[in-house]
Formats: sequence, C-alpha cells, structure tokens
Amino acid sequence: FNKTLKLLMLNQWLTVRCVLIPRLKSPGVKRRFRIYSSALLVLQWLTNKDYKGGERFLVKMAAPLTLLVILSVTIRAVLYRSSLAEVISERVEVVSPLTAWKRVVEGLALLDLGVSPYSGDVFHETPLIIYLFHFVVDYAEITFMLADVITAVALYMAVMDYNKQVFRKQKYALEADRYPLDCLELIRSPKEMYYIPLKVAMFYLLNPFTILSCVAKSTCGLNNAVIALFILTTIKGNVLLSAIFLSLATYQSIYPLTLCAPALLYLMQRQFIPVNFRRVSFWWFIAQYAFMYLGSLFVIVGLSFFLLGSWDYVPSVYGFILSVPDLTPNIGLFWYFFAEMFEHFRLFFLCVFQINVFFYTIPLSIKLKEHPVFLIFMQLAVISIFKSYPTVGDIALYMAFLPVWSHLHRFLRNIFLVSCVLLACSALFPVLWHLWIYAGSANSNFYYAITLLFNVAQILLVSDYFYAFLRREHHLSYGLYLKRKDGSEATLVLK
Amino acid sequence: MGLLSDPNRRRALISLLTRLNSPICVVCYMAGVAWFMGLAFEPFTLRTYMSENAMGSTMVEERFPAGERALTTGREFSAHKKKAGGMPVDWLVKTMQARGLEVFTQRFSRKLPFPDENKERYMVKGTNVYGILRAPRAPRTEALVLSAPCTPGDSNNQAVGLLLGLAQYFRNQIYWAKDIIFLVNEHDLIGMQAWLEGYHHTNTTGMDWSPLQGRGGSIQAALSLELSSDVITSMDLVLEGLNGQLPNLDLANLFYAFCQKIGVLCTIQGKLQRNDWDSVSGYSHSVQTMMLMVMKQASGRPWGDHGLFLRYHIEAASIKGINSFRQYKTDVTTIGRSESPTPVLLLLPHAVTLSLCLHWVLHASLRPPRRVLSVLTPLVISHLTGVALYTLPIQFQEMAVEQFPVSETEAVVLTAIGVYTAGLALPHNTHRLLSGEGTEQGWRVLKLVAVLYLAVLLGCTALINFSLGFILALTLVPVAAFVTPHVPKVLSAFILVILSPACTLLFSVFFFQELQELPVSFQEGWLLYLSVISQGILDHFLYGSLVYPLIALLVYPCWLLFWNILFWK
Repeated sequence: FNKTLKLLMLNQWLTVRCVLIPRLKSPGVKRRFRIYSSALLVLQWLTNKDYKGGERFLVKMAAPLTLLVILSVTIRAVLYRSSLAEVISERVEVVSPLTAWKRVVEGLALLDLGVSPYSGDVFHETPLIIYLFHFVVDYAEITFMLADVITAVALYMAVMDYNKQVFRKQKYALEADRYPLDCLELIRSPKEMYYIPLKVAMFYLLNPFTILSCVAKSTCGLNNAVIALFILTTIKGNVLLSAIFLSLATYQSIYPLTLCAPALLYLMQRQFIPVNFRRVSFWWFIAQYAFMYLGSLFVIVGLSFFLLGSWDYVPSVYGFILSVPDLTPNIGLFWYFFAEMFEHFRLFFLCVFQINVFFYTIPLSIKLKEHPVFLIFMQLAVISIFKSYPTVGDIALYMAFLPVWSHLHRFLRNIFLVSCVLLACSALFPVLWHLWIYAGSANSNFYYAITLLFNVAQILLVSDYFYAFLRREHHLSYGLYLKRKDGSEATLVLK
Repeated sequence: MGLLSDPNRRRALISLLTRLNSPICVVCYMAGVAWFMGLAFEPFTLRTYMSENAMGSTMVEERFPAGERALTTGREFSAHKKKAGGMPVDWLVKTMQARGLEVFTQRFSRKLPFPDENKERYMVKGTNVYGILRAPRAPRTEALVLSAPCTPGDSNNQAVGLLLGLAQYFRNQIYWAKDIIFLVNEHDLIGMQAWLEGYHHTNTTGMDWSPLQGRGGSIQAALSLELSSDVITSMDLVLEGLNGQLPNLDLANLFYAFCQKIGVLCTIQGKLQRNDWDSVSGYSHSVQTMMLMVMKQASGRPWGDHGLFLRYHIEAASIKGINSFRQYKTDVTTIGRSESPTPVLLLLPHAVTLSLCLHWVLHASLRPPRRVLSVLTPLVISHLTGVALYTLPIQFQEMAVEQFPVSETEAVVLTAIGVYTAGLALPHNTHRLLSGEGTEQGWRVLKLVAVLYLAVLLGCTALINFSLGFILALTLVPVAAFVTPHVPKVLSAFILVILSPACTLLFSVFFFQELQELPVSFQEGWLLYLSVISQGILDHFLYGSLVYPLIALLVYPCWLLFWNILFWK
C-alpha cells in the first residue's frame, strides 16, 4: 500500500509539473487531471509492479506505448467514419463466414426475435460472442478497438517478461562459460532488447492487416485478444489463468488447442519440472493442467448451453469449422480444393487438410522443447496458414512476434524475397478479385494462384525463421565459425 | 528449395545478376517493346476464331425490309425533336406503344462538379425512354439492349429511326427467346448511367434518378447505334469502355464477320484492315491501328454509349457509321464465354517489370536498412501531395474563380496543373526533416522502396488496363532504372520531367492527333490537353473512371519518390 501511495504521489507531482500547471485555471481540469493520473497509475501498475526504476520506465516506455495506442485508435476511428469501412467489411480477405460482422448482426436479430441464431446457415460464431454483443452492440466499434489494444498491451507485457527471462538465462550461461568464445557477437545486449516489446505492440497495432480486420469488425480481433491474454498469462506463469484462456481460445475456434503443447512445456520449464515421461511429477503436472483446461472448457460449453437452451451451436460452429461447407474464396488453401474435388473424396481430403494443422505440433514440440515461446510463434503461424477460414487478422497476430526474433536477422536468407512476395500478393488480391468478379476477364484460377503464392510465401517466412532459430542455437553450442573435418569452412544446410 | 537454401548457389546467382544488371535491364526493356510492336505484325498474332458454332454468321437471317420506313421515322423524330427543343418524350412513348412495346420512362438529374465546356452542360436534367419487347418464349429471364442516344442538334436521328424500325420488325417475329429493350437515352453517357443504375439498383456516383417501372431479364448484351446520315460508306466498331474494359472478343469478331458477309465495309479505329501485312506500309498501318486502340484504352474513358455496360459485366459495343439499312438480325447473346481478349498481352508487362526485378536483387544484396524513418518522410509527403492533387482542384474552384479571371473549368484544370508543379518544388530533401543529413544508404533504401512500389503498381495497373500500364511502364521504367543522386542534376531533372505522367499525357495528346491524321499546332494541342484533363476529372466524378485517382494518388507520388532521389543530399 505504501508503495502504491508513493507511486500515486509521484505521478501526480509529475503530471502537475509537466502538463497541467500551465492550464490549471480552466474549468474541468481537475476531473481530467484525476482521470489522467489514474490512467497513468493503472498503466504503470500493469506494466511494472515494483517502484524501482518506475520513473524512468514511465518516461521511456509507457509514454511511447500510450502514444502508440492513441495513434492506432485514431486511425481506426477515422477509418470507421470514412466510406472505406463498408468496402473493407465486404472483402473476403478480411472477413470469413465465421468472423463477418454482418453475420453477427444477423444472429443478433434472430436472437431478438426469439429464434435460435443458428437456425439457417448464416451465423457461425459462438454463443458467448453473441451474448457479448447482445449487450455491447451499440459500442461495437469501441469493443473492437479495445480488443486490439488489449492484444497489443498483453503481447507487450508478455514479450517484456520473456525478454527478461531470456536475458537472465543468457547471463547464467555466460557465467557458466557455456558459450564458445567466438559466439560473442551472437550474445544479445539489453540495449537492442529494450525496444522489442514496443516494436511488438507497434507491429500489431499499426499492421495494415490488423487495422483492416478491426475496421471490418471481424471477430477475429476478439479471438486474437483471447490468445494474446493466454500467452501473457502463460509467460507470467499463472497456470490457472493460462488454462482458462486457452480453453476460451479453443472454444472460439478449436485450432488454438495445439497451443497447449508449448504452454505445458513453458510452464514446466518455469517450475523446473523435467520433461521426462518416466517422472511422476511430469504426469502430475499434465493432469493438473488438463483438469483445469477441461474443467473450464466444460464450464464454458455448459454455460453456452444454458444461455441458448440447446446444442444447436455445436454443429453450427465446430461442424462448420471442421467440415468446411462454405467455399467462399478466402486467403486460405481450402476453398479451391474443395470446390474442384469430386464429392467422393471429400471426407478423405477433409481429414488430410485438418490433420495438417494439428500434425506439426508433435515434431515441432520435440524439436523446440527448450524454446516454448518460439514454439508458440510457430504454432500460431501454422494455424493461420492451414486453418479452414483464415483471414488477414490471423496473420497479423503471428507477425506481431517477428520483432522478438529480430536477433535472427543475420541468419535469415529469403526475408527480402518473401516480404516482396507478401507485399505484391496483398496488392494483387483485390485486383484479381476485381478482374474475376467484376470485369470477367480473369477467373478463379487467377485468384487462387495468388492465394497459393501468398501461402507459400508465408510458409517460406516461417521456415526461414525456424531455420535461423535452429542455426543460432547450433552456433551457440558449437561456435560461430564451423570447420569441416578437413579444416575448410563448413556451411549449414537445412534438410 | 535448393536455390533458396543453398548459400553457394545463391551467391553465384546474385553476383551474376549484379554484374549483368544493366545489360539485362536494357535487354528486357527492349524485348518488352519489341514484343509489343510485334503484336501488330500479323504472323505473330493469334487468328481470331469463334468459340461456338451457334454464333456463326450462318445462323442469321439477313433481311430487313423496312429500311425506307426507318428513314421516314428518323425524319419524323427529328422534326419532333426540333419542336420539343430536346427529347420528344411523348412522341417516343406514343410511337413505341404503337409498335407494341411496353414503354416506360425514367427521369434523372445530375449536377456536374464543374461545367463541362466540351458539351456545354452543368445542371443536367433529362428523360430516358425505353420499350421492352417481351420474348414470346421465356420472357423476363434474359434481355438484350439496343440503344440510340438522343443528341441535341441534327445528328443521330437516323439511329433512333432505325431503332424504332427494328422494334417494329422484331415485333413480328415469333422466335425470340430474350427480351429486347429499345432504349433512347438523353445526354448520352449520363442518361445511360442513370438507366443502368436504375436497372441494377445501384448508385455509385450519387445521381438522382426515378426508379424504373419495368424490367426485362438480366441483360446479356448491348449494342449502341450512332448513325447520322442516310447514306452508308462504312461502319465503325467501337469497343473501348470505362476503365479500358473491352467486351468479349467474339462480339467484335462476329460483327466483323457479318460485315464481310453482307459486303459492308467495317472499320476498326476508323481504319480499314489491309491484307498486305508483309509490306512496310501495311505494317505501319496496323501499328497505327493498334496504337490508336492503346491510346483510347489507356484513357480509361468510355468511347461510346456502350462503355458503361461493361461495368455490369454485359458485353457491349457501339456501332458508329452510316447504314444502308440492310439488316443483320442477330442473336448476339449466344456468345460463349471465352477468355479475356488477348491473354498473351498479359504476359507483356512482366517482361518490362522484369528489368525492375533485377533492381530489387541488386539492392537486396545491400545491407539491411537502418534508417527506415528517413524513407517514411518522403513517402508520406509525396502521398500528401498526391491527395492534394486529387482533392484541391474541385475544392478550390470557387475561390479560384473569384480570385482570377478564369472560368470554372479552367480553374479546375489550372489548379490541378498548379498543384502538380508545386509538388515538384516541394518535397525534395524531405528526409532531412527527421533524420538530419541524408546518407548514402538512405537513398538506396528509398530507391528500393520506390522501385518495389512502382513494380507492384505497374503490375496491378497492367492487369486492369493493359494499355495504361504499358504506357506508364514505357515512360517510368527508364526513370526508375537510371535515377541516382550522382547523375548530372539539370539534365536528369529535365529527362525526369519529360517522362513524368503529365508530360506523357501531353505527348499522348499530340501523338493521338497525329495517329488520327488530324495534326494540331502547339496552341491547339495545349487547349486540347487542358480539355483532356478536365474530361478526365469529369469522367471520374460522373462515371467512376479510375484513371484520374490512379494518377493523382499513386503514380504521381511514386514518380515524386524518384524526383526525391535525384535531389537527395
């Protein structure tokens, strides 16, 4: 309490000195002053609990973050007011049948009429979302902006915490002389790590993909917020909250289920439980986590049942995600394949495509056992590439993590090519859509070709980061300048 | 994957590309231009073909006995038009009803953003009259449109006469499977726009029109007739529509085949096709025809009343000329869907942009950018200049009219040119606002961004409107290739200005006149240039043509980036 009081006093002193003294005479200043200082306090409390260095932090970090949030909210608010909002909310790249705001409004209308929102084939969001918007439908724009801000702040804090751990681990390793001598240039300095959390928040909030998705009111933004909170609570080491948010994310769109592997690995690493199948403590921890996860999932599912009084939503949401009946073009890989395929093979390929999302969890978990946060990044990327109804909002979430791996830049090989392809594809999506749907001079193959290229570029991007990460780890244990047995310079090749 | 992951092979490839960069650039550019010129050479072009038998000209009944009567109707129409001082709505309604059509009218009004001096109109009010001939079989499912504009003065009366004559003739046939809509539209494209928006329940340009009372089925094809005299020498086929859209090539081929069959001379771009492709004059003739088409398509404006149909995915063409009233009765709608006119064309800009790709690679081998911020400022400022170029001319017309002794149209055009030139003076050295001294690396990063930007922009433009993309690529690619801060300033600035979008437009105006064999003096050319700019702006606000915003918001800022690089310090 003492600390809080001190903090409060300091804050007020600061704000009075810097901002308010010149304008104290105007009316309403007192109220604004109170709001301002309490907001600052909350921010400060959220980001840095101990007082030590708080002042420096306030000046150096929270201020840019606040500025960033204000800037991004302004951009979104301006776009909401412009005529672009309507155009954006119709784009197939931005909204999917699952996340379209139009469909949520339709579901709300059905709900108000006393009809099940899942009757008919329009609404496919979960019951919790529709009840959320039942109350805040008038403030939908604010809700979506808030979701984006929450995501960004959660990622910011999570990455800050993660960076601290990375740094601590590096310090221990250095003290134990575990790194080879020529690896000094690979050691990360606190100076370059200092702005990473801010960059992460910036990559999320100012990413055009996020902005588009927010302006289109795609509910993908809410899913991202839940996943970001899951990441935050996991990195903070809170097992219960982590399980709850993971179950919420799973409830929203099934696929985040695969994130339980990195969460388990991370939490066990944090509690010093060895990943060993023969240890009881290992199984006991998994059982605990599974209990919490399944318990909260059960509660949420039960709650949804009692809200609607029927199980309609299960086939309509999860059946819809898994069996992919809606073949509206999007940036994913599903629609074209299933539009062209003979009905006879549909089930088989459905299984193949869906297993694709879940399958990578096992090899990646084995390979990245020691680096669960990188595993989270990989999993998010895999989900957003291979899920059945991907939108650009999903891509934005994993792209926000790219600054965290900025130290891998020297090992990346195709980053320039890949970013060019991603950029060109993003520009070509609307153009080819226009040619296909309006001008009639192209057809679906053209659009799908771009989709394919876009996804290949994403896969290359992710595998490039994967390779770079593994290579850095390899160098950290074997030295930077590798020699073959005959003494010539060796190169690492990914096979 | 080998190429992407094996460092040795990558290094070899990159060093090869860096070493041979300039020759490859030049060769690609030349190859692109040569290929393009080759398109006018007959052995290189694909033979035209009909994709479906049903469209063969053999299926058509070639008689139209009512030619004389159509001429009389045309004269009658002209008399009533003179009497009414505009569109003789009542007479048209009565005449169409007498021919057994369901007749409806549509009123529309539109205030132009600024007066149109070419056509002398500002507040436009008018009425469209249309009659629907219901198909005896399967009515209200599909429809054809035959339209004739009602223009002031003495022109185009024969087209209305022919339209009404056709209506009467078609009424007596019983085999129609599609509704036929006979439309007489006032104020040419504005009326057409109102009618199409009313028919499809859209409103893209904020025009006022009364809703349509009667409808046929979904429109499959449209023909617009423009005839101004009683005697025929030839018929000209006009294809270019809004934003450079073209109708299905089969429509053009079909029309051409008919003309050949019934022995009417058919011209394209006002030029007759010649058979002596192997002689120099024959080749230059077909190059001229092609260049005319390219110019018209690049302008992005509809060159006939059919131009707005294409936006609704309706195959349409205009037929201009003088008709001898031998009738082709066609069922143009059976046209099968084929690919876009010339898919081969799509490959071409890539040859040109390939030279750009090489530039990327050259820059890719540089170290990664440090000062992204110094690139951001020129980017933002050039785009703000672009936004100013887009918005200011319309915003400030009133002020300009008050301050200077000019008409409103002149005010708009001169403001646009003013903003454009001001942009040249304004943004160089903007990168120093934030980061102090510009570095050697700074301009390289800026050039990388600009070249990438240009490549994506040209690629997308060429996909939508190939001709525009080609003309822009032809002028902008050399600029993108040679500009650095180290070339001689005055000379390069001169070249840069000569190759800028505005100057390209000026040269295009002269070139176009030259191609049409109507050469103009510099004075006339300049006036024409001003009117072309005002028409471009009007086209954007009236029909939603995209050329003006494209140039103002994207191409011009991109060009400013190169201007920035030249004056990098």
